[in-house]
Amino acid sequence: MLEPRIIPCLLLQGNSLVKTVNFSSPKYVGDPLNAVKIFNEKAVDELLLLDVAATVDGYPPNLKLIREIAAECRMPLCYAGGISCSDQISEIISLGVEKVGLGTVAVENPEIITQAVREVGSQSIVAIMDVVKKKYSKNYELVTRRGKNRTGITPLEFVSNMQALGCGEVLINNVDRDGLMQGYDHELIALIRANSAIPITVLGGAGSLEDIIKVVEEFGVVGVAAGSLFVFKGTYKAVLINYLSNSDRAQILSCLKQ
Amino acid sequence: MEHPSLISVVDYGLGNLRAFVNIYNQLNIPVQIADSEEKLLESTKIVLPGVGSFDWALSKLEKSGLIGLLENLVLEKKVPVLGVCVGMQIMGTESEEGEKKGLNWIPGQVVKFSSKYAKEKLILPHMGWNHIEDATRLNLVDKKTTGQKFYFLHSYHFVPHDTEHILAQTEYHYRFASVVGKDNIYGVQFHPEKSHNFGIEILKRFSEL
Repeated sequence: MLEPRIIPCLLLQGNSLVKTVNFSSPKYVGDPLNAVKIFNEKAVDELLLLDVAATVDGYPPNLKLIREIAAECRMPLCYAGGISCSDQISEIISLGVEKVGLGTVAVENPEIITQAVREVGSQSIVAIMDVVKKKYSKNYELVTRRGKNRTGITPLEFVSNMQALGCGEVLINNVDRDGLMQGYDHELIALIRANSAIPITVLGGAGSLEDIIKVVEEFGVVGVAAGSLFVFKGTYKAVLINYLSNSDRAQILSCLKQ
Repeated sequence: MEHPSLISVVDYGLGNLRAFVNIYNQLNIPVQIADSEEKLLESTKIVLPGVGSFDWALSKLEKSGLIGLLENLVLEKKVPVLGVCVGMQIMGTESEEGEKKGLNWIPGQVVKFSSKYAKEKLILPHMGWNHIEDATRLNLVDKKTTGQKFYFLHSYHFVPHDTEHILAQTEYHYRFASVVGKDNIYGVQFHPEKSHNFGIEILKRFSEL
């Protein structure tokens, strides 16, 4: 039986790890290689590494660091950030990264996906949607460039395009909930799950084990990613890399069987 | 003359070479990345990794110029080989994913998961941690360990022509061959190099064959 993937999400800015709130106020949380070593020990399902500064600051993926991280990872790694052409995607895959995520570039230059899929295969291309709710409206909208640019594109338009182009996964990131630790946006997840046939991973809002369990209860086998939950501990958000215990895992799996 | 044990991870421009090397280094098992015939000739075991599409992997392997020697080592000299993910699929005869001919080391087709046999909406790729079953003939796992799981990431799966060559199966809507084997040739659909201790055990046992 396939299990849901519970995924720590690490945000990269230069050579450091940070954590944001609503995509702003990055707080330094440590060294990426050190974090990977700890996550190895904790046997995490998968790791998500997002360089949140690359696209807006205009630097390409940090291949040297990605290579070091990929070699260290004993679990699958998905990298995203700063990608502008399909050659970069092949190169990152050849460094030993399993999946490459495309956010801004998937909106601004979706043609590169066709070639990337031909070369590295659908299973390694992840479409990332950063979603906000429009002011005074109930509608969702995609944003790019670290949330600075509104696109007018709806999540459904985007996921249907990305699936047609051959993406093998979609990462649904709710910007409004980033870093708030108040739970995932189930309405948004339900919308995408009902209208897609590729694996989904949800991000944005996890504050507790219960938040993860709620997602698995409602949506079954999906990827559930979290940033703050796995890098902070306690009310004052002290930095402490952590992950599910065995009993947490058992609890998550038990709600699948019902 | 007895050669000392040396595992070669074939470098043809694809896959998690360093992840394999790191694991073998930690196990104190001699390992090298082999990107030339000279290096490949020294190996007592061969790991053939692979990420990407069927045709892309085969064209990269062709470009490496290593196919001739690989075939000699694997088919004539019977050097144990472990194909991983697409590295396993290219050991088959052909694939629905591409037009190129496979290596045909283990006769079989590589096919896409079929929605015809799906229990509910078929989500592809098959992505995440899953288990292996019917592994009684598989000597690469410790059968006493319970709850073994491995990381899968694929939309196509191997169907050996001869069911004798299926060494383990995995359930995703239906059962498919997740480990195949024929004589000295082994293939795993999942990523042992990214499957924590369960995967490390497989790599260790492969080195001890």
